Parts: sequence; C-alpha cells; structure tokens
Amino acid sequence: MPVLTGKELRIVGFLCNWCSYGGADTAGVGRFNQPTDLRIIRVPCSGRIDPLFIAKTLIGGADGVLVSGCHPRDCHYAEGNFYARRRLEVLKRFLPILGIDPGRFDYTWVSASEGQRWQKVVTVFTEQIHALGPAPRFDAVAPELLAKIAGAIGQGGNRVAA
Amino acid sequence: MSEAIAYYPGCSGLGTSKEYDTSTRAVCAALGLSLVDIPDWSCCGSTPAHTKDHTLSAALSARNLQLVANMGMTAAATPCPSCLTNLRTANHRIEAAPFKAKVDKLLDEPYGGDVNAISVLQALVENVGLDTIKAAVRTPLKGLKVACYYGCIMNRPPELMAFDDCENPMAMDNILAALGAEVVPFPLKVECCGASYGIPRPDVTAKLSGKLLEAAVGVGADMVAVACPLCQMNLDLRQSQVNRAMGTNYRIPVPYFTQLMGVAMNIADTEIGFGKLNVDPRPVLSRALSGAD
Amino acid sequence: MRIGVFVCHCGSNIEGTVDTGIVAKTALDFPEVVFATDTMYACSEPGQDGIIQAIKDKNLTGVVVASCTPRMHEPTFRRAVERAGLNRFMFEMANIREHVSWIGKDREANTNKSVDLVRIAVEKLRRDAPLIPSKFSVNKRVMIIGGGVAGIQAALDCADGGLEVVLVERDSSIGGKMAKLDKTFPTVDCSSCILGPKMVDVAQHPNITLHAYSEVDAISGYVGNFQVQVKKKATYVDWELCTGCGACMEKCPSKKNPDVFNEKIGPCTSINIPFPQAIPKKAYIDATTCRQFVKGKCGVCAKVCPTGAIRYDMTDEIVTEDVGAIVAATGYDLFDISKIAEYGGGRYPDVITGLQYERLLSASGPTGGHIKRPSDGKEPKNIVFIQCVGSRDKSLDRPYCSGFCCMYTAKQTILTKDHIPDSQSYVFYMDIRAPGKMYDEFTRRAMEEYGARYIRGRVAMVYPKGDKLMVRGADTLAGTQVEIEADLVVLAAGAEAAKGAPQLAEKLRISYDKYGFFMESHPKLKPVETNTAGVYLAGSCQGPKDIPQSVGQGSAAAAKVLALFSKDMLESDPQISRVDIKRCVGCGKCIMTCPFKAIKEVEFRGQKKAEVIETVCQGCGICTSTCPQGAIQLSHFTDNQILAEVNALCQS
Repeated sequence: MPVLTGKELRIVGFLCNWCSYGGADTAGVGRFNQPTDLRIIRVPCSGRIDPLFIAKTLIGGADGVLVSGCHPRDCHYAEGNFYARRRLEVLKRFLPILGIDPGRFDYTWVSASEGQRWQKVVTVFTEQIHALGPAPRFDAVAPELLAKIAGAIGQGGNRVAA
Repeated sequence: MSEAIAYYPGCSGLGTSKEYDTSTRAVCAALGLSLVDIPDWSCCGSTPAHTKDHTLSAALSARNLQLVANMGMTAAATPCPSCLTNLRTANHRIEAAPFKAKVDKLLDEPYGGDVNAISVLQALVENVGLDTIKAAVRTPLKGLKVACYYGCIMNRPPELMAFDDCENPMAMDNILAALGAEVVPFPLKVECCGASYGIPRPDVTAKLSGKLLEAAVGVGADMVAVACPLCQMNLDLRQSQVNRAMGTNYRIPVPYFTQLMGVAMNIADTEIGFGKLNVDPRPVLSRALSGAD
Repeated sequence: MRIGVFVCHCGSNIEGTVDTGIVAKTALDFPEVVFATDTMYACSEPGQDGIIQAIKDKNLTGVVVASCTPRMHEPTFRRAVERAGLNRFMFEMANIREHVSWIGKDREANTNKSVDLVRIAVEKLRRDAPLIPSKFSVNKRVMIIGGGVAGIQAALDCADGGLEVVLVERDSSIGGKMAKLDKTFPTVDCSSCILGPKMVDVAQHPNITLHAYSEVDAISGYVGNFQVQVKKKATYVDWELCTGCGACMEKCPSKKNPDVFNEKIGPCTSINIPFPQAIPKKAYIDATTCRQFVKGKCGVCAKVCPTGAIRYDMTDEIVTEDVGAIVAATGYDLFDISKIAEYGGGRYPDVITGLQYERLLSASGPTGGHIKRPSDGKEPKNIVFIQCVGSRDKSLDRPYCSGFCCMYTAKQTILTKDHIPDSQSYVFYMDIRAPGKMYDEFTRRAMEEYGARYIRGRVAMVYPKGDKLMVRGADTLAGTQVEIEADLVVLAAGAEAAKGAPQLAEKLRISYDKYGFFMESHPKLKPVETNTAGVYLAGSCQGPKDIPQSVGQGSAAAAKVLALFSKDMLESDPQISRVDIKRCVGCGKCIMTCPFKAIKEVEFRGQKKAEVIETVCQGCGICTSTCPQGAIQLSHFTDNQILAEVNALCQS
C-alpha cells in the first residue's frame, strides 16, 4: 500500500534513537497531532546517517527527507551530531547539482523532551513538501541507467567520508 | 552636530501644552536637533478614535506618517506619549496585510509603512545624547530635587514602545542628572495619574494623582518633572481638586522636563513658558538654585 | 527466514485509530512473513505467551511486533522471543502508537502508515543476524556528584552497601540547600539537627572519599569503567593540616564580603568556614577578595594559623577517579528575583528571597536567629510573602511549578509568628500546592492557628513609602485591589537548574530539558535512570523536589547502583560495529572518528586493518558512515538494512 494518493506525499525521516526518536515519542505521548505523511527510520545516531542514504531516498521516489538528531553538544555519543551537521550541510548544497530541489531535504535538532517542537517540525516540513508538490519522477530516464545510478550510490564504491 | 527629524506636536501641543511645544522646539534647536514641521498634519484621533474604531485610528496615524514619508524623512518625534502610542500602534497593526488594506482604503494615498515614530524624550537621549546635553548646560540645576514621572504609557506596553525599562525607566532621570539636578528615586514613576478619568470620574483621578503627589513630597522632591500633557494637567491643574479630595495642601510645581532643560540652557523665558503652569515653578527654582550658591 | 508479525491493539490506544486487523492481514503479503495476527495487549502475559506459542507452532525464526515505541518495550519482547528459544536480536518493532495512533485520528491514513512501518520492520528483520553479547568486568566504585541531601543519601546507602564511594562537592562543605534551612516542613523539625548527623556519617564513613571544593572536569569511558577527572580547586589552605579552629576567620582583616552561605545578606571574611557544622570543617580563601591576592600583601591568616596550613601558592589540581557508575545529584539554584522589576528585588534591600529569610530565621545565620530586616536591622511586624516568583509564569519562560514554595512559605509564616508574636504575615498566592502527607493540614495550621492571611491573587507592584514597602495586588476572591504596608517582603523565588547543569549533562552524555533539568529515562517508570547506562539521577537536578522526595531518589539511585554492581561481569550490547577484513583498506578513518577509541589498528598478514574492541564500542555507527569502503558495519544498522528500509518505503 503506497502513501494515500492525493492526500499524502512520501516523506521519510531519519531520527537518532536518543533524542529525536524520543522527542517524536514524547509528541505521541502528549497527543500532539501531526500530519500522517512522515515515515520514521530509526538510527542510533545522526552520525550514522550516510548522506547517500538521503540522496538515494530522494532519487528512489521520496518527496521529502527529514533528518533529526540531538542538539549540538548534547549528543548521546558525544560528537556524532557534529559529523552529521557537516555531512548534511554539504549534502544540502550538493542536491541542486543532482537536480533535486534542496527544499525537499532538511535537518534539525530535537531533544527527547521537545515533543511540541517535534510536532512543529513535522508540521512545517510536511507543509513545505506539500507546497513543493510531488517530486518529479525519473520516468524519462532509461530504467537500466537509473538502476545503475542507484546501485552505485547504494553499494559503497567511492563513498564520501567526513 | 546637526540632525533633522520630523516633528509632530499633537493637538495639545497647540493648546493646553503649548509650553511643552515651545520649550521642546527651543531646546532641540539649541542642541542642534532640527525639528521639521509636518505640513498639513492632523489629529492622531487620540483616545476617542481608537476606542470607537481601530481602523479609523490607524488611518489617522498612517496619514500623518505618510506625510512624513513624503517629506523624504524616515522618523518623526512627538512630545506626547498618547500620540506616540497611536502612531506606533498603527505601525504595528498595519504589519498585517488585511488590516493595512482596510486602512489604505480610507486614505488618499496608501501608507508605505516605513516611518518610525519616537518620543521627544527618546530623540533627546538617542539622537542628541547626554554628553551634548551636559555640554549645553549654562545654569546647572544644582540643589534642585526633582522626581521624574514618566506616566504609564511612555514605556508600555514594552513590546510596542521598545524604549527604556518599562518598570524603572531612567531616560528622564539621566537627562535631569546631566542638567545638574538632584534626581530623587521616585518609586511611582510609571504609575497611572488617572488620565482621562479626570472628566467622567474626577474622584478617581484625584485619588491616583494624589498618591503620586504624596509620594513625590514623601521622597523630598521640590518638583515633579513630566513628559506627558495629560499627566501634567492632572498633577498641576487638578492639584487643588486633589487637595480638596485628600485633605492635603500640596503646592508642588509640575513642569515639563523640556522646560527644566530650558532653564539649565538659558533659553528665553518666553519659550520656557512657566507662566502657563498652574503652580509656578520659578519661586521654588530660584530658592533651590540660590541655596546652592 | 520465517517471520511472524504481531499487531497490538494496546486496548483502544492503537485500535482506536488503526485497523490492526488490516495491518496484520496486509503483512502476510510481505516476503518471508508466514504468520500475522492482531493481539489485544502484546506486552501482557497472555500476549507474550501468544508470541512464544506462535514461534513454537509456526517454527518462526524472526518476530516483528507492531505496538508502542521500542524505547519502551523492546527489551520486554526481546526477552520473550529468547524464552521461545530464538536469539533475542531476531526481533524488530514497528512503533504504531507514539508515531501513528496517538498523533492523528484519520483511521485510513493511520492504518496505511502502520502497514508501511511494519513493512520496514520486516525488511530490516530479514537482514538481521543472531548476536551474542560479550562480557566485561565492572569497577565497583561509584561517584556521586553533588553533596546536598540527595547526594548524601545516595553516598551513605552505597557505602553502607559495601561500595567504595567518591563524593564530589562544588562548595567547600557538603549539605547543599538543606544546610541553609532553619526548619523543615511539615514537622518544623530543625534542619541542621537532622542533616548534621548524616553529614558527619559521610565524613566518618570508611568507604567514602570526599572531594569538597571540587568540580567534575571531564568524563570518559562507559558503564562499568568511567574515568572522571575531578578538579580540586585551590583552597589556599592545606586541609591535611587545617583543624577548623577558626583563628584565621577571627583575625582576617577583610570582613565585609558577601557571605554566599548566608545568601549574601550577611558579611563574611575572605578566609572562611561557611557554617559551624560544615563537613569538612576546613577553611578556604576566596582569592577574589583576599588582601594577599588583591593587594599582594597581608598574610595575617598565615601568621595566626596554629598549624601553619596556609598555602598562598596553591594551584588547582586534577585527580582522576575510576568508577563504574555515576550519580548526578547537583540540585538547583534560585530564580534571579531582580528579573521581576516590579517587585523591586535587588533594588530594595527589604525585598528578599525565601532562602534569605531562612537564613534570618536560623540561629546560625547573620542575625543569630532574630528576624531583623536587612535595611535598618529593625524587627518587621508586617511581612508579605509573594508566591510563584519565577514559577508558573510563561512570560518569564518559567511555566513549571517549583513545588516546594507553598510549603516553605507556610512554614515561614508559622516561624514568623513564633519569633515575633505581634507580627502579621500575608501570603499572596495563585493556588496552594500541598499534595503530601500532612502537607495540606500544615498549610491550614498556618492560616487557622497562626493567623497567616492568605490572599489569592498576584502582586502588581512593590514600592517604598517612607521606611515601609507598599505591596499592591489583587484579591481575586474578593474581587478587589489590596494594598498592604509591609516592613519586609519575602519572595518565593522559583527553582532553576543549577548553574552549569547543561555543561555537566554534556560531559555525562545525558539529556537535559530546555530549562537545564536532567532528563530521566522514563518519566513514570525510570525516574532515576538516564539514557546513558551507568549514569543515574537523584534530587532536584531532574526537576524541583522537596527533601523527602530528594532523599527517596538518593536511595533509589543507590539501589540502582547496588543492583548494577551485584554482577561481577556486565553484558555488553552486541549491536556494535564489525569489520569485514577483506574490504578494510586500513585507512584509519574509523579510528579517527570513533568518539570512544573503540577501534584499534591491527596487523593482518602484513597489512594494516581496523579492529573493533567489542566491550568499548557503544554502537553509534559513526564509523560505518565514515568508512569509504563500507567495510565496517554496525550490526542491525548496516547500510544494507537501512537501504532496505528506504526501498521498502520508496518502492511500495
């Protein structure tokens, strides 16, 4: 079952376990209503997020990607979010080169206590993606070529390092 | 130094507080702050307009502010805190586009929204500066004990007025200290004087103004310096009403702070206009100043 | 793999807005899913038995539970699948409660989203491998940071339980806020009489090492094996020699310094022992006021010290303590009353905080227990107490209730009447919060027996009139304005996070809220644990607390430490990084980025390779996203697993 056509867009979130995933839990416990588009993938730390996951998600058909980690200096693993910040900032500037609207990707910091902030982040980002509309599909690209690109990105090869 | 700012005297500046207007003009001229009159300015609508209709009130202010813009200027100073509140409120309200559209409909010429309104007090502190004021003093007000009374709206609401400390403002205190006066700490400096209740409920105004006068006398002030025409009227003109209501016998002068600046800067008596006040400050002044010699 | 999917109703919590039946039915279409069902309460005993039974009946080799957040029940279900004979890491969760059913009411969208979340859990599980934890040894020493009543209790309980305890205190004496109190509510017991013996126990306990006048500088390591650098600040007095006789304080010529222990309402000497019951009872020099330091000459204390303990050349010293667990008990500080200009705190000397009033009441305080107001030393007759100064006030960004102010104000009105029988206390309050044993009865006593006048309403302004303070406020019950002529105004200043609390949290790698209070692991069920294994909380550092709550948490944290240390070996989380030695090119980038120094370089057939130290790795995965070869992979969060989740979402 895909996202609800005409109602939802495909938004994927990568959240660190200790702060933002907890913040999303806090938002749930507090019954802070949110749009239903976002699907959350849980990772231990925002430093675990390879920027290519995001590129691959966007090329693969997502309309938006949201990353959220602990506030800088408040990382459960001391410095993971500093790595994340550098990588994600570079990625954001690189997206237009890939032909992707950089407005389709954002990263933010939400702590486990900030349920209300999480509600706001999700709402604003979802509205932002809806304003951009569905991402252009790569239908015109030859399927073999697309598979090749996706494969190259997904399976290691020359990967960026921090 | 020479700096220019548009000048909005307000209606009371032409009538009941004429001496506030003349002393302001004279003092600013002497300090090199050029006050440029706004051609064809009109009333800000005062309390009646905004009580009846926010759009009308904003339109009246916006008209005047646009006239300032037409002069090629970006800021206007007014001596009256009540005018200032209306001008600043209009600026704040028209940030909302639907409201601005309603206001513009009432105007011949839409308002661009980029003229800042400040008080004469703020202009003297920020555009002129205490150092310049200090340097212009010819007759220091040494020996004169002054309580500075700001009234309740000069600094409030703080988000709107964005000037000085809303609970304990110091701008006027600092100016009078620069003039050489002894500024006594006046705990009620932002308390209400009763304002326009002087007409429908003079008993309320008598009580509130009475409290202010009692406090000023209590802290040993020779006079109360003010920056608002309505406050001045309640504390000075209605002083006998206060005395009747409270059973007191106060006779304390309530000059505008610009008048005291005029005295310290040797401005001509005609511009200072002490004769327009109910309680004449001159006897107290000369007693205090001679005592210091 | 044979996967079973269990979709929990959680009563109506999930089922109310998610059609769990459809979710389960749809899950049967996913690859390798051989069994799927909805279940009323997956975490209940019958729920867990159902999972175990299904594993056995259907020969399942992996389980997905779609229910609440894994931060809640992942350990519960892992134990359940283990009981059924599976490796407990062959399990994944889909969070369809906190992330779905509780944040929207659109049943169709929620059901659809739940299906997606189950889909990614299945895709992740298909790529999971069984993991075996390894064991590592525990250093059975514990560090308590903060020597207030919570820290003292935790230290004594741990020490009595046979553990070696290192207690670190920022000030020169332990005792914290409680040592400053005159009496305690609701018994009006003497604070220092009940705290004093505990402080002495700390000093005399053979298992407790006390670092007073010290701060935590840096923390490294992990549960069972922390290394903590403690900065022992220079006291300029050799505490080995100091006997606490106080001769230096008598002779010190610099006598007019604000006394921090007395909340700055009295003077103290530059060389000082803060109070008679101080532990350790040792003198220290405040170098910012001492004439020897400020003017370069004096030396009086060095001349009079009978043991020759003064050391003007002393410097800060760093000591390293190895411990297996840490309890943070750093307490709170007070809201700065000068931020509310209309009350005149900081401007008028007779507007003081409740804690300052406590010092005026205390026999060991600056007035010897006689209530004298700071301005002129007169005995006040009319005293106004204002509640919620920096509490429950959104405009000051302090929306929370500080909890204990209502009670200590009631106590202070009672003590005021005892000290000055012809006095009258007035209390401006918003609501009276007295939810404790004998608490409400106590506030009633203050009103009914001691005649304190309670006025429900806020104060608008405090201003001086002659030598009085006029307090003007609203009486919202009578619907009138009131004005009271007061001799003294006492503000119930709210509790704030202790200064430096966020910085300490960052060193401890624990979370804190926007006000600086430390975050517990679960607000209901794990009140003294944090999300960092081996780090526990006690007392007001987690949020404002009164004495019994703080003592309770001190003991609770001690119990957690004793339970942790009851095992000689701890199991490490096996969800750690592993190196594929064939792919590793020995570039060393993972070694550089690892925050825990958990990766070392090894030689393998003459080539450099990376190797993970299993018990040190904390499983963050920074190395995995750094490795240019994809050679180091974090178990259960491998590139392939995360990309499979992405694909499941994008291509569905």
